[in-house]
Amino acid sequence: MRLRTSRSALPGFALTLGITLAWLSLIVVLPLALLVLRPWTLGVAGVWHSIAEPRVLAALRLSFGAAVLAAAVNVPFGLLVAWVMVRYRFPGRNLADSLIDMPLALPTAVAGIALTALFAPKGWIGMLLTPLGIKVAYTPLGILVALVFVGLPFVVRTLEPVLMDLPLEAEEVAATLGATRAQTLRRVVLPALMPALLAGFAAALARGIGEYGSVIFIAGNMPMISEIAPLLIVIRLEQLDYAGAAALALVMLLASFAILLLLNLLQWRMGRRAS
Amino acid sequence: MTPVSGIAGAPLAPTTERPAIQAGLIVLTILLLVVLLLLPLVVVFVEAFAHGLGAVVGALVEPEAIAAIELTLVVAAVSVPLNTVCGLAAAWCIGRFRFPGRRLLITLIELPFSVSPVISGLVWVLLFGANGWLGPMLDRAGVRIIFALPGLILATVFVTFPFVARTLIPLMQEQGAAEEEAAITLGATGWQIFRRVTLPNIRWGLLYGVLLCNARAMGEFGAVAVVSGHVRGQTMTMPLQIEALFNDYDWVGAFTIAGLLSLLALVTLAVKATLEWRIGRRGGALL
Amino acid sequence: MSHSTLTRRTIIGATAGLLAPAGRVVAAETTLLNVSYDPTRELYREINPAFGTVWREKTGQGITINQSHDGSGAQARAVLDGLQADVVTLALAADIDALARRGLVAMDWQQRLPDNSAPYTSTIVFLVRAGNPKGVRDWPDLLKPDVAVITPNPKTSGGARWNFLAAQAWAERQPGATEASAEDFMRRLLHQVPVLDTGARGATNSFVQRGLGDVLLAWENEAWLARQEFGSDACQIVYPSLSILAEPPVSVVDRVVDKKGTRAAATAYLEFLYTRQAQTIIARHYYRPRDPEVMGQYAERYPALKMVTIQDFGGWDIAQARYFADGGLFDRIFTPGQ
Repeated sequence: MRLRTSRSALPGFALTLGITLAWLSLIVVLPLALLVLRPWTLGVAGVWHSIAEPRVLAALRLSFGAAVLAAAVNVPFGLLVAWVMVRYRFPGRNLADSLIDMPLALPTAVAGIALTALFAPKGWIGMLLTPLGIKVAYTPLGILVALVFVGLPFVVRTLEPVLMDLPLEAEEVAATLGATRAQTLRRVVLPALMPALLAGFAAALARGIGEYGSVIFIAGNMPMISEIAPLLIVIRLEQLDYAGAAALALVMLLASFAILLLLNLLQWRMGRRAS
Repeated sequence: MTPVSGIAGAPLAPTTERPAIQAGLIVLTILLLVVLLLLPLVVVFVEAFAHGLGAVVGALVEPEAIAAIELTLVVAAVSVPLNTVCGLAAAWCIGRFRFPGRRLLITLIELPFSVSPVISGLVWVLLFGANGWLGPMLDRAGVRIIFALPGLILATVFVTFPFVARTLIPLMQEQGAAEEEAAITLGATGWQIFRRVTLPNIRWGLLYGVLLCNARAMGEFGAVAVVSGHVRGQTMTMPLQIEALFNDYDWVGAFTIAGLLSLLALVTLAVKATLEWRIGRRGGALL
Repeated sequence: MSHSTLTRRTIIGATAGLLAPAGRVVAAETTLLNVSYDPTRELYREINPAFGTVWREKTGQGITINQSHDGSGAQARAVLDGLQADVVTLALAADIDALARRGLVAMDWQQRLPDNSAPYTSTIVFLVRAGNPKGVRDWPDLLKPDVAVITPNPKTSGGARWNFLAAQAWAERQPGATEASAEDFMRRLLHQVPVLDTGARGATNSFVQRGLGDVLLAWENEAWLARQEFGSDACQIVYPSLSILAEPPVSVVDRVVDKKGTRAAATAYLEFLYTRQAQTIIARHYYRPRDPEVMGQYAERYPALKMVTIQDFGGWDIAQARYFADGGLFDRIFTPGQ
């Protein structure tokens, strides 16, 4: 790949950067900057107090914990799906491939209502799980299911291009040298996929932390147990505690930003190693 | 079920799994996709048609439903083009030039993806609400942003901001600038290059980004819920109308609108699959 | 096939016919926005056209009343943030007080209309499964180990706050009750709750549609509506020995009507709620009418019930701070180690 410099021969840099920065400032940076400033009317101690409340901490723990867990579940799920989609050919493959993007295209509220209908004790899947003593809807497990649903495409779509570009030679060499298929997968394929797996994990995680529409219907919304942080923001807003709502939003925002930055650094390093 | 990656002539391809394992993995994948992704979709349509086609049609011609559909279309018709133009601009400057802060810019563009939709609504309330920073001024001028169309559009634009840019940036980076640079040496203007060289190269990726952007714009719930005001027949988009109907014990109505939105998702996916098929034949990767 | 096509065409045609004249009238007439809480959709859907007819007879002008419904607290917040409500019809006075404190509504709003500005009352009852399989008769039955109680979140739902106060009132009035024993009752009660929906309607949906829980704590009107919607073979209503007189109040939003010039119409709209005609509609929707004669007509619907009022708690300001504000009893119940 040829390295481009900032003194590219191509025109339009100033114009497009101008548009991008203007639009970005207006739509993303300015409103979010306000959000960064808003909580401090409470004073530093006030902000700390409004975040350090046990109920808030529990909600943050749940939002982050469930998102991490869902992203972790999505790593093997995503790996399986991506592997099958890239490496195998089978009838209905195209259809299955289209399905993967469903959570990106389906409105989150619809997903939430539909998943609740499925996993409620009377639902198609809930009916099967209830006799086993497994409760999904209205428990933290329900939140996990919703987040796995919304996060799956992120992992699959991050892995697929990497899997496609993976040179088969390495696998062949390993096989020729007498490695079993399992050894080849563990020692050769998996390490090569590691950066993409991590990137997919981070993308699913970032998406899961803030998810609201699909979770709110299936979570039981019990304080300390199944109450997610975005719901607490809504509750604070309804109590006219704007600064408190903004404080909580700020914590979530910073976390998302950190994860995204990490994700981009990761991809950058990955790209550098590849080239 | 033939392995795609065997070496020609090799009796037992060393780079793939045994057929039995392959079959097992395929079954597992299909099972996963069906249970996790397909069933929720099926539920929507089953519930919508629980009382027959007549009830579905009846729910669709409700004035409130029509108003919600219209509003959703208007919101999407404004936000999607805005984000498309900006996404193209961002992809051009990030995908074709190197400059300091590029990585930060990408992160900022992607930020709305991971910001909770609730926060995406909250920021506009903090900015334009009657108690917000600009609220009192706007109120004196008689300008309504929150609880009106502009607020719904702003919230939607925020949420759908990254879709086009995020699809295009990696695509343009991968393609490289060689063709455009060749065009420049042949004396083409910037606009000509964009129209004749860049656009044809990225059109399928662009369309895909626009489709996803549109699907999200029509389906956004959390952000618009905060800025809507829930005035029946006036500021209710389709996802909000679904919740309202749900609360009216009108399940057929709720699932009918949900079905309509799901149909949109299906069309999006079908178009996307077609695009990939075409691109696949041209030997390029979409994402 | 051809039949369904025909039906569809007929429906579309009929609807288009209905829509066209309505669309033409809209341009010239006054428009009011009534910002209300969740359960009143059906009520105002019937009240609004009735008032429209009365208003037209009186003034010769048409009037359109738009509705907005959500949780009571969320609605107060929206009005505060600039939702242009001409009138608010909310679940509890505290939410209108919040508007008054910030200057949107006159401080004396509750004295401007009869009966504390609450044109109807309601109360809190139990909705149980048909046949009452768990034998729920009164508040202490809710603590039975196998009974799951459904109630929405008092932080977001006005109805849930009435539920909470009704239970608290019962606990406080038991022989030998102390503050600690009442708190203990509330703590145990809330631990019987598997789901806290954000609104009253969400809770009813959880109970009836999702089959969750054994008892739903609900507005009397919601319980009756659910029974009517889902049939008496799905659920039945149980009146506890003690409940609370819920007074959902109404008010004109002064700042909005003065700006829009709609005070006359908005005031007339709220006064209409006290007329015999509106009170009858109110009773038909299972709210308790203020008009004694209308109440007499529908008396068999409303069993006599011992009820406390919000004044017994010292008014909303005190109740709010004590039970629902940050660090109040509700928060303490869900905070471990307190």
